[in-house]
Amino acid sequence: MDKVYEPAIHFNHVDFQIGDSKIIKKVTGSFPKGKITTLVGPSGAGKTTLLKMCNGLISPSAGEIFIHNKLITDYDPIDLRRNVGMALQAAPMIKGTVFENLELPLALQSKKLPEEDAISYLDDVGLERDFLHKNADDLSGGQRQKVSIARTLVNQSEILLLDEITSALDRASLKEIEELIVKINGKYNVTMIWITHNLEQALKIGHYTWVLMQGEVIETGESKLLENPQNDLVKHFVQGVIK
Amino acid sequence: MSYLALSLTLIFVLIPLILSKTLKLGLEKDTFIATIRSIIQLLAVGYVLKFVFDSNHFIYIFLMIALMIGTATLNARKKGKSIDGITWKIAVTLLTVEVLTQAILLGFHIVPATAQYIIPISGMIIGNSMVLSILFLNRFTAEMHAHRDQVELILSLGGTPKQAIHHQLISAIKASMIPTIESQKTIGLVQLPGMMSGQIIAGADPIQAVQFQLLIVFILLTTAAVSSIFLGFLSYPTLFNSRMQMLKEKF
Ligand SMILES: Nc1ncnc2c1ncn2[C@@H]1O[C@H](COP(=O)(O)OP(=O)(O)O)[C@@H](O)[C@H]1O
Ligand SMILES: [Mg+2]
Repeated sequence: MDKVYEPAIHFNHVDFQIGDSKIIKKVTGSFPKGKITTLVGPSGAGKTTLLKMCNGLISPSAGEIFIHNKLITDYDPIDLRRNVGMALQAAPMIKGTVFENLELPLALQSKKLPEEDAISYLDDVGLERDFLHKNADDLSGGQRQKVSIARTLVNQSEILLLDEITSALDRASLKEIEELIVKINGKYNVTMIWITHNLEQALKIGHYTWVLMQGEVIETGESKLLENPQNDLVKHFVQGVIK
Repeated sequence: MSYLALSLTLIFVLIPLILSKTLKLGLEKDTFIATIRSIIQLLAVGYVLKFVFDSNHFIYIFLMIALMIGTATLNARKKGKSIDGITWKIAVTLLTVEVLTQAILLGFHIVPATAQYIIPISGMIIGNSMVLSILFLNRFTAEMHAHRDQVELILSLGGTPKQAIHHQLISAIKASMIPTIESQKTIGLVQLPGMMSGQIIAGADPIQAVQFQLLIVFILLTTAAVSSIFLGFLSYPTLFNSRMQMLKEKF
């Protein structure tokens, strides 16, 4: 990976194991600061597991992770998670309204979210203001993903981890969210790690790409590596042979 | 009641035995075991109580209460296998409820400090607290499993374990207390409470029987609230580690 960029996140020989099964194997590499890195690979490759390690929801069973050159275990877990925000794959909602869900990151710090701000976050993800007082249980899959993205923005983190945030979106919404992510990355220099199944998206949006298979990083580099992969496994994956 | 009369009550055991046999319910063995156990256990308790009341020595009262707490703890802990140290947590909960309640009862001289009062009331407190603990643990475990994604969500946004589990904890506490509160709303309308019926049959003045029943009913409210809240706050921290991560095997 390009040497001129300093790493926002660095993995050093990271393993993650549950019982006898190794889910992440000896992963070493960096996610450049202020860039969008996409994380691609077949289902079950360990993408979500890798991402959850970046904000300390889980810890490696071996190896080290550095966030902004500081060992992840030297951070207070709460500070770490506010600074490294994450949109979870299932876009879970707490019981209550969309507003309560948007306010949650602040409510956890006993702060309030002004209604205008909530409306502007909704606007960012392309939802009308009348969604604010809807029950979160009544949202469609795509609307939940949008609320989940908006909620992740509220902490104004320096690093954002996005786990398949567009999987339930229609084409128009997809484009809107992609533009939003690019805008936030450009405007606030937020480092992004974006898990996606959409290789077209990875090529278009990502500055860099990691290809993960069976817990191992088999390729990293500028996203255009997906256009003309050298590694056979990556080639097969890109051609849709490995799903 | 004469022993002859008592023997005749076995007719009430014969009826279900015969019904079970004719209808092939297959409950004969369990009915038989239940009958034998209740005779042995109750007679044993009766003789032990007689001995304790006659001696009225505090050491025996303590021993009885310890036995009740021990038995109740072993019974309730089966429901909380996923919580570390659940045995001592339940024991501490039962002990706290018992000490708190007795301190109020005896401290304000609401009842006399004799074995005759302390032991039956303790039995009701500890028994109820045990049932509440089981209800709470059942509900809490179910809530945790059903909403693990919400717990993870709150942690991922920088919430503490307590904030993450708060909703599940509160709904389990509420759910376990509701039966106690609900049953008190209809008390006396349909069914006379067991203790009150017993006193009335034994010849006590109904008004006095009601007074004691009210005492018990109010005590059970405290028992319900204190047991589930106390056990809840003792339990939830063991579901997380010091890095504020969910312990996967617990959820
Ligand atoms: N808590 C867990 N317990 C057991 N296995 C798990 C757990 N979490 C993930 N896995 C396994 O780890 C592998 C990688 O999962 P995941 O990181 O979710 O993959 P991806 O996001 O790439 O689809 C899968 O085989 C999955 O079954
Ligand atoms: Mg995943």
